[in-house]
Amino acid sequence: MRDFRYLPGTATLALDRARCVGCGMCVTVCPQGALAMEEGEGGKAVIADLDGCMECGACATNCPAKAVTVRPGVGCASYIIQVWLKGRDKASCGPDCC
Amino acid sequence: MKDLMEAMREEGRFSPPDAGGTGAGKPGGQPSHGPMDPPAACSGAPGASGAGLVQPEEDCCCCGSRPAPAAGPDERPGYAILPFVEAFVDGPAGRIPRVRTRLDGKDLLGAAGARIGIGRDDYRIAPGLYMTGNPDGAAPVLVSSNYKLSFDALRGQLSGISAWILVLDTRGVNVWCAAGKKTFSTDEVVRRARESGLDAVAPDAPLVIPQLAATGVALRQVKKRLGRKAVFGPIRAADLPRFLADGLTAGPDMRRVTFSFRERAVLTPVELYLARYTILWIALAIFAVSGLGAWGYSLSMAFGRGWPLFWAFLSGALGGIVGTPLLLPLLPGRALSAKGLWAGALAGLTSLAFYSPGLTYVEGLAALFLAMAAASFWAMHFTGATPYCSPSGVEKEMRRYMPIQACAALVSAILWIGAGFAR
Repeated sequence: MRDFRYLPGTATLALDRARCVGCGMCVTVCPQGALAMEEGEGGKAVIADLDGCMECGACATNCPAKAVTVRPGVGCASYIIQVWLKGRDKASCGPDCC
Repeated sequence: MKDLMEAMREEGRFSPPDAGGTGAGKPGGQPSHGPMDPPAACSGAPGASGAGLVQPEEDCCCCGSRPAPAAGPDERPGYAILPFVEAFVDGPAGRIPRVRTRLDGKDLLGAAGARIGIGRDDYRIAPGLYMTGNPDGAAPVLVSSNYKLSFDALRGQLSGISAWILVLDTRGVNVWCAAGKKTFSTDEVVRRARESGLDAVAPDAPLVIPQLAATGVALRQVKKRLGRKAVFGPIRAADLPRFLADGLTAGPDMRRVTFSFRERAVLTPVELYLARYTILWIALAIFAVSGLGAWGYSLSMAFGRGWPLFWAFLSGALGGIVGTPLLLPLLPGRALSAKGLWAGALAGLTSLAFYSPGLTYVEGLAALFLAMAAASFWAMHFTGATPYCSPSGVEKEMRRYMPIQACAALVSAILWIGAGFAR
C-alpha cells in the first residue's frame, strides 16, 4: 500500500518469469499494486513492490500458469496465537477476528 | 392503544365516531386530537375520504391509525419479509425480491450494531438471487456476501441501476475475509449461480465478482464451469456505477485498497468490544494486587494505589485499541506493536500526569510499563483489521514484540508489588 508500509523483506511472493504467460490477471486482482505488467507487446508480469505485498493470495489463485506463488495465510494476531497454542488445524479466526 | 381499539372493534363494541370527532368514544377517555392530529386523520369516517370510500366499515380505521394492509401472497407462515424488500417480481425463477437502494434507519442501526460488535456474528441475509430496478436477461449480476453490512453497502450504491444481485452463503462474513476463509470461493459462486435460477432469468448476464474475492475465486474456473462471462468488479461498491457505465472496466484507482482515517476509525469500536473481558480481568487483577504490602492486605491500599494504576492501564489499552489505529501514520515504526509502544507511552504518561496521587517514582514507572505493554499488545491485534499487514510480517512482529510486551508486563508487576512492600 502506498500510504502504509509494513515490515520490509518478509513477503513470500515469488514470480516465475519462465512460466508467466502475460495475461495480466495478477495485476488486475492485486489490491496493493505489488505486481505490474512490462511495457510493450508480449510483456510479462513483474513484482513492482514486494514489500507492498500483503500475501492475500489473490494473484496465485488467479494465475492460470502457476507462475505466481505466495504462502497463503491470515495476517491476524489472534489467529496466529491460536495456531501456536492449538496447532494449525484447530485454529480458527472465530468471532474475534475478521 | 391501537391493539385495544382493534380488540374492541372485533367485539363489535366500537363504532366510528363522527367526522372530526371529539374523541369521546376513545378508550381511556383521553383527548384524541392533539394539535398534531388533525380531524382528517379519521380517514375511515364518513366524509373524511370523500365519496370514493368503498371499504367495509370493519376495515376502516376510525380515529386511530389505519390498520395494516391485508396479508400479501409473499407472506408465508414462519417467514418474515425484510424491510429492504420493495416487492417480489414474478419470473421464470420464481418470485425474486426487488430490494430498495436507499438505506433506512433500521439498516443504519444494524450497521452501527455490527460496527460496535452487537449482533455482528449473525448479521446476515438469506443467500440467493435479488434484484434492483428492472433487470433484463443481460443486466449485470453483482455477486456479494451475505454479511448484511456488505449487502447494504452494495445496494446503497445501486440507485437507478437495474441489476441482479447474487448473494452467496459466506456465513455472514464480509467479502474479503470470506474469500480468505474460502467460503467466498469458486465452488460457492458456481453452486449459488446454478441453484438460484440465474440461467432461467438471465442466461447471458455477466457476473461481476468483487475484486477482493479474488483470494478465494479463480475467475477462469468460474467462466469455464458456468459458461458465462465473468469479471472482477471494483473494490469499493461506490465505484460500481462508474464501473458499469464504463462497460465493466475498472481503472487502477478502483483496484487499490485504501486505509483512510475514516476507514480506520469505523474499525475501532469492535476492537474495543472484543477486548472488553480482557480489560475487565486485568482491572480486577490490578485492584487485587494493589492491596498487597508489608501490612499484609489492605482494602484501602487496594483502591488508593489501584485507581491510578487502573487509569494508566486503561489509557494504555485505549491507546492501543483506538489511539494506534487513529494515529497510525503519525506513530513511529512499521510494526503495529512498535506503534503501540509509543501510543502506550503517550497515553500512560498523560494519565499519570493527570492522576497519580501519592505514587512513588517506581510505581509511576510500573504504571507506564503496564500501559505500554497493553497498548502494544492490542495494537498488534489490529494487524488483522488492516488491509496491508502480511501474515509473514505479522508473525515476525509477534515473535519480536510479544517477548517485549511480556517483559514490560512482568517488570511492571514486579515493580508494583515490590513498591507495595517497600512502602
